[in-house]
Amino acid sequence: MRMHDAAEALSLVRPRPAGDADNLQTADVKGLVFQAGGRRLIDGVDLTINPGPITMIMGPNGAGKSLLLRLLHGLLTPTSGSVSWNGEKAGDGTRKRQAMVFQKPVLLRRSVAANVDFVLKLKNGRNRTERIERRNALLHSVGLSDHAKQPARLLSGGEQQRLALIRALASEPGVLFLDEPTASLDPASVLMIENAVSEAHLKGVKIIFITHDIGQVKRLGDEVVFMAKGRVTEQTSVPAFVSAPRSKEADAYLNGRLVI
Amino acid sequence: MQDFAEAFRLAFGLVGSADPDLIEIVVLSLRVSFTALLISCAIGLTLGAFLAIARFPGRGALLVLVNALMGLPPVVVGLFVYMMLSRAGPLGVMQLLYTPTAMIIAQTILITPIIAALSRQVIEDLNGEYADFFRSVSVPMADRLWALLWDARFSLLTVALAGFGRAVAEVGAVMIVGGNIDHLTRVMTTAIALETSKGDLALALALGIILLGIALAVNAAVMGLKTQAVRHAYA
Repeated sequence: MRMHDAAEALSLVRPRPAGDADNLQTADVKGLVFQAGGRRLIDGVDLTINPGPITMIMGPNGAGKSLLLRLLHGLLTPTSGSVSWNGEKAGDGTRKRQAMVFQKPVLLRRSVAANVDFVLKLKNGRNRTERIERRNALLHSVGLSDHAKQPARLLSGGEQQRLALIRALASEPGVLFLDEPTASLDPASVLMIENAVSEAHLKGVKIIFITHDIGQVKRLGDEVVFMAKGRVTEQTSVPAFVSAPRSKEADAYLNGRLVI
Repeated sequence: MQDFAEAFRLAFGLVGSADPDLIEIVVLSLRVSFTALLISCAIGLTLGAFLAIARFPGRGALLVLVNALMGLPPVVVGLFVYMMLSRAGPLGVMQLLYTPTAMIIAQTILITPIIAALSRQVIEDLNGEYADFFRSVSVPMADRLWALLWDARFSLLTVALAGFGRAVAEVGAVMIVGGNIDHLTRVMTTAIALETSKGDLALALALGIILLGIALAVNAAVMGLKTQAVRHAYA
């Protein structure tokens, strides 16, 4: 699919007023701890996330990346510490202005089109004609138009993840969390997802993206948050991270040495 | 042995000739059991879905109670409904005793816990799968309930089938509250019990054959639907 097709279709994601976006997209994380089974899985994270850049979260398996994303989205309650979005505690209120794409797509037992419709009906309350137009545009943007009537669970892994992404974008979120959405996908699917994410970002959506792929970080990211053992070891720009990581954990990770 | 063979021959003859008395009993049985099933599904599926996703103090005790009620003895249900509907009972003024409505009430009480308990399990499993997505997009409770019921519809058909099987095969409760009155409240199970006690095995066997046939047909229909659903990845 051509890049400008995606841009054209996703142009229905209207740009947000700058002030509005700023109000929704700044996160303050203070002394964040999440404990389970007697282990501190998130161990005292302090972090500020600003509205502008695409934030890529990296780190070895078990570093706590997915947990941090869930805590930021308010899906989990911290053991101690806090997450707030412009002063509002992460939870039901902040989640309404956010969306998340999970590593394993959670798709409803319905058709592809019905999966998108579910969120459109819920979030936008559009009339039927407008909803169908918007749904068709979103499906077109990631090359799923021909699959609209198919059961979502019969799609390939890449198609399922693309569907999960446009369904998340259907709610016109201020912040979009992506938990390794391109893990195990073929290059074409990765490209489509990266294009859609870039377009959403251009329209003012704050992107927070977990990945293990350093190439993807270079293509897509503006800043990197690196995690190891439940802590954030550094937060820096992508060029700085790639050329001279400050923490020994990030250096070991980038050089292929296992971080335990 | 020869008597049994003769009884079978007569039974198939009754079925084959679409005997009017036989048809009347079968139609009433189906009307009572399907009506009870519809009411039980309306109550039981909603209750099951609510129990599957709501968290509140006393939920565990309520689950134990609903599960325990699955094993309600039909005669106890019959006795309870009889006491409620009898002339001296609180609902006696409605004059429902020994009517098909009383039988519907008894069967509804009997199968609602089955539908609630089994649907709770089905929906809880599906909710476990959807929970993160629902929380992420802040789906309101009513929408969540409806979405779960809709998406689990093929599995819930099996639940409804279990309820229907229990209702249509039940004899104790409908005997007590219906009275097994000819041309009024006589259903397949009560007729089988009566005709067997009278020694008229032909009619009893004919009804038994139809009862089995209905059970097989309903099961086959539901299994066919489920197979289609699995093939299309909806289940």
